[in-house]
Amino acid sequence: MVFLRLFYEFFKTGLFSVGGGLATLPFLYEMSGNTGWFSTADIANMIAVSESTPGPIGINMSTYAGFTTAGVLGGVVASLGLAAPSVIIILIIAKFLEKFRNNRFVEGAFYGLRPASIAMITVAGLNVARVALVNMDTLAAGNYGEFFLWKAILLGTAIFIGQRKLKWSPVIFIAIAAVVGIVFQF
Amino acid sequence: MKELWELYLTFARIGCVTFGGGYAMLPILERELVDKRHWTSMDDLRDYFSIGQCTPGVIALNVSTFIGQKKAGVKGALVAGLGFLTGPLVIITLIAAFLQNFAQYPVVQHAFAGIRVCVCVLIVQAVLRLWKKSVVDGAALAIYLAVFALNAFSPLLPVKIPAAALVILAGCVGMFISLRRSKAAKEGK
Repeated sequence: MVFLRLFYEFFKTGLFSVGGGLATLPFLYEMSGNTGWFSTADIANMIAVSESTPGPIGINMSTYAGFTTAGVLGGVVASLGLAAPSVIIILIIAKFLEKFRNNRFVEGAFYGLRPASIAMITVAGLNVARVALVNMDTLAAGNYGEFFLWKAILLGTAIFIGQRKLKWSPVIFIAIAAVVGIVFQF
Repeated sequence: MKELWELYLTFARIGCVTFGGGYAMLPILERELVDKRHWTSMDDLRDYFSIGQCTPGVIALNVSTFIGQKKAGVKGALVAGLGFLTGPLVIITLIAAFLQNFAQYPVVQHAFAGIRVCVCVLIVQAVLRLWKKSVVDGAALAIYLAVFALNAFSPLLPVKIPAAALVILAGCVGMFISLRRSKAAKEGK
């Protein structure tokens, strides 16, 4: 039953990704390997789509994965799965708001959760870099000269500097990157 | 009933205009919920955000649920959450349908190859931004490195460690370290 599976997989993602947004990435990579619903390149594309459209990346990814596997209803079911743990947990916390805020067990857990969350985001970043900045196929072929995609690395450096200097919205940089990708045949 | 409908519409609108999620939506929520509708105060909103950030799930959705709950109980929470989901659901379904039909065109492929480079940079920026608040001392750095290694090299390990297990483990280790520290501080006094 594909709808149950969709709901379950995204429920799990919603339940364990703490810190929002990019924290869902490690779970999406895991899901990509386990289910084959979408590829790692799809995830990278979806990050860009999410940065350029309203809505959090987790919701966008669940809608996308659900839609491509089981149509419109699949998208709805997957998104509800992702949202369900949030709603349940917040409803419980809302009842004990004051206690939760100053609980030293909760605070302590977050001391460990925060570095863990960005460690996994770093890994997700490396996963994107693996499809965007280098060509892994050349390693297998023994052709090391073409391992680095220099055009891509140059563009990445330019965007990195541009983002630091100019406080433009990410959407603008994504648009520029798309145009550069088309013009220079990435 | 009218109240629920208003909740739904308000959050559906917010869901349609928040790009980037998370903190990007704070100013919008402030205008819509504090200034215009007086549903909540700025201080409460900030608290909801900090709790939303440190509870599982999507931050924006957590905040919507909080405010819906405050306004109209469990029903309100559900309605606010659904309202928030509506916009992204419709938009992404349309984009997914488009991508399914056009993904094989070279132009679209080149565009996305360029876009992926930009995504790399965005993730690097996010990590740099979060680093200061998260990796606060040596023990936190050790947790970072351990989780990084276990997650990055998981294909090489004999047993696959699911990301969920890493999250639970890191939470327990963090709790253990902080409780020991506060105990040591008490005994030191």
